[in-house]
Amino acid sequence: MLSRPVRLSKAYMAQAYTFMTVYRGELFLWMIATSLPIIMMGIWVEAGESGAFPGFGPVEAARYFIAVFIVRQFTVCWVIYDFEYQVVTGKLSSRLMHPADPAWYFVTNHLADQAIRAPFCIGLLALCFVIQPQALWGDSSIGGEHGWWTPSLQQVGAAVVATYTAFALRFLMQYTLAMLSFWHERVAASDAVLMVPYTFLSGLVIPLQLLPEPLDLWVFYTPFPYMVWWPATLLAGGDAGFMQPLLVVTGWLGGLYALNRFVWWRGLKHYSAMGA
Amino acid sequence: MAIVEARELRKTYRVADKAPGMRGTMRHLLRRKYRDIEAVRGINLKIEPGEVVGFLGPNGAGKTTTLKMLTGLMHPSGGTVEVAGHVPYRRESALLRQITLVMGNKQQLLWDLPAADSLRVNVAVYGLSDSEGQRRIDELCERLGLKEELRQPVRKLSLGQRMKCELVAALLHRPRVLFLDEPTLGLDIDAQSAVRSFLREYNREQGSAILLTSHYMADITALCERVVVIDKGLILYDGTLAGVVERFAPLREVKVQTAEPIPPEVLTSYGTVEEHTGRTARLLIDREALTPTLDRLLAEHVVEDLSVQEPPIEEVIRQLFGSGIERAAASGNASPDEVPEPVEAA
Repeated sequence: MLSRPVRLSKAYMAQAYTFMTVYRGELFLWMIATSLPIIMMGIWVEAGESGAFPGFGPVEAARYFIAVFIVRQFTVCWVIYDFEYQVVTGKLSSRLMHPADPAWYFVTNHLADQAIRAPFCIGLLALCFVIQPQALWGDSSIGGEHGWWTPSLQQVGAAVVATYTAFALRFLMQYTLAMLSFWHERVAASDAVLMVPYTFLSGLVIPLQLLPEPLDLWVFYTPFPYMVWWPATLLAGGDAGFMQPLLVVTGWLGGLYALNRFVWWRGLKHYSAMGA
Repeated sequence: MAIVEARELRKTYRVADKAPGMRGTMRHLLRRKYRDIEAVRGINLKIEPGEVVGFLGPNGAGKTTTLKMLTGLMHPSGGTVEVAGHVPYRRESALLRQITLVMGNKQQLLWDLPAADSLRVNVAVYGLSDSEGQRRIDELCERLGLKEELRQPVRKLSLGQRMKCELVAALLHRPRVLFLDEPTLGLDIDAQSAVRSFLREYNREQGSAILLTSHYMADITALCERVVVIDKGLILYDGTLAGVVERFAPLREVKVQTAEPIPPEVLTSYGTVEEHTGRTARLLIDREALTPTLDRLLAEHVVEDLSVQEPPIEEVIRQLFGSGIERAAASGNASPDEVPEPVEAA
């Protein structure tokens, strides 16, 4: 007999996976919407060719943004929209009647989404390598030591841990913010505000090793670099460290989790089960 | 020992108070005003295991708010509540495994998937083994007459089939307390009857307590021996179904046939004349004055036939909700002063 958390995860995942296959067309469009790294790749490859950024040539740029694209597929988060909808419509009530924290439902929905994205993701990745073939096999003509892009098992392992840590961080941050909908019914807009630092400080559009001083000193104390830059750099074969970032992220995760539980129990007092 | 017990339970909502129009909007933007609405004003309620209680009241009386507090969805503003020995809003797993809430206007099944997919989740949520879960699903489906419906997307089911699937999902864990909020809402006569029969059987076999709100009196008369009437957040009546008529229907209908025609002005001295054709008449007479009035009628006229009837319960409830409970109670047995007093559970 499987343990209850495993059975719960399995059941929720199966349901979410089935649900998402119903809307696979929509999912493909959502995936296209996360193709910003592919656009950024074009820009940064060109910048790398100009030699303006020593140590960050076209091969590094192509590999980094392909890695960003992969990381993004596993860290996309929309829980704030889903949670707000469930609170405003009262649909959260039926989840609250179950002897399982509603977080199971929301987390497993995201994990199922990642699983169903995988085939589409492989297709878009192949397209990336067609556009920037030097990302795959390197390019000796432009200097630097570039061989085939074959990350070691250790690199992949570290990148996987970093990616799921990034997902946990992004999820927890958005989920905590989402709980404000117990007080104010429209909180999804606050995610748009959060998107500003996320876009510029996570490494989504600018590789953080290229940030000017003193920005590069304090930015690593924020949670944003660990949401994209850290796992993407590890996957691209760059030097981002592992233990120190992991410690910083663990600190953020612990703090956010405590805040999340606090807001959850306070928020439930305000829940009026509207429409239900 | 009561399985549901609420003491002085109250809930006050704070709502924005905004005047209509642009001026009102601007004023509200600059200086927000709120007012408090007392949805539930200190109710006392006890339900014993296995009891089926009808919870009646007009729209906005506080029925659903009370249900939300009893199920733990909502925190009370005051008072205490215990269900199966637990405080509901603490959301303890031990309590959630013993209760269920079915709402006629809400669903827990995912709209786009077959009900079977949602039921599999419930099997895991309630910690049932796959085989036990399947056994319970089959058993409930058989009783509710469900077969292939479980494999169709919920959105493709009729309202009646959907409610039956909801009942399967809600009762899979064999709860000891069922909170049912308008479970037959919008269903056709056959589906209503099927749901009622199922609930009656379920109550008998499982011994579960049921608190039922419904605007269909047939639900109440078929299932409940006890009713609780609530209005403006206060319990106005808690007792037997027949007692509702006693309490809220002050008039009795008297049909009389006399040997000689009685002039209308004479008839009005006995009560309100509803119909009068020659030797027959239909009168409404105050329940308190019924016996002396009939004594006088029999003494003053040669009566060939006489019948006294209570108004049907459906009619009493309809009038009660239509004209306002306080007014009905004020014109009935209870004095208006005693009406707002919370009533102890029977």
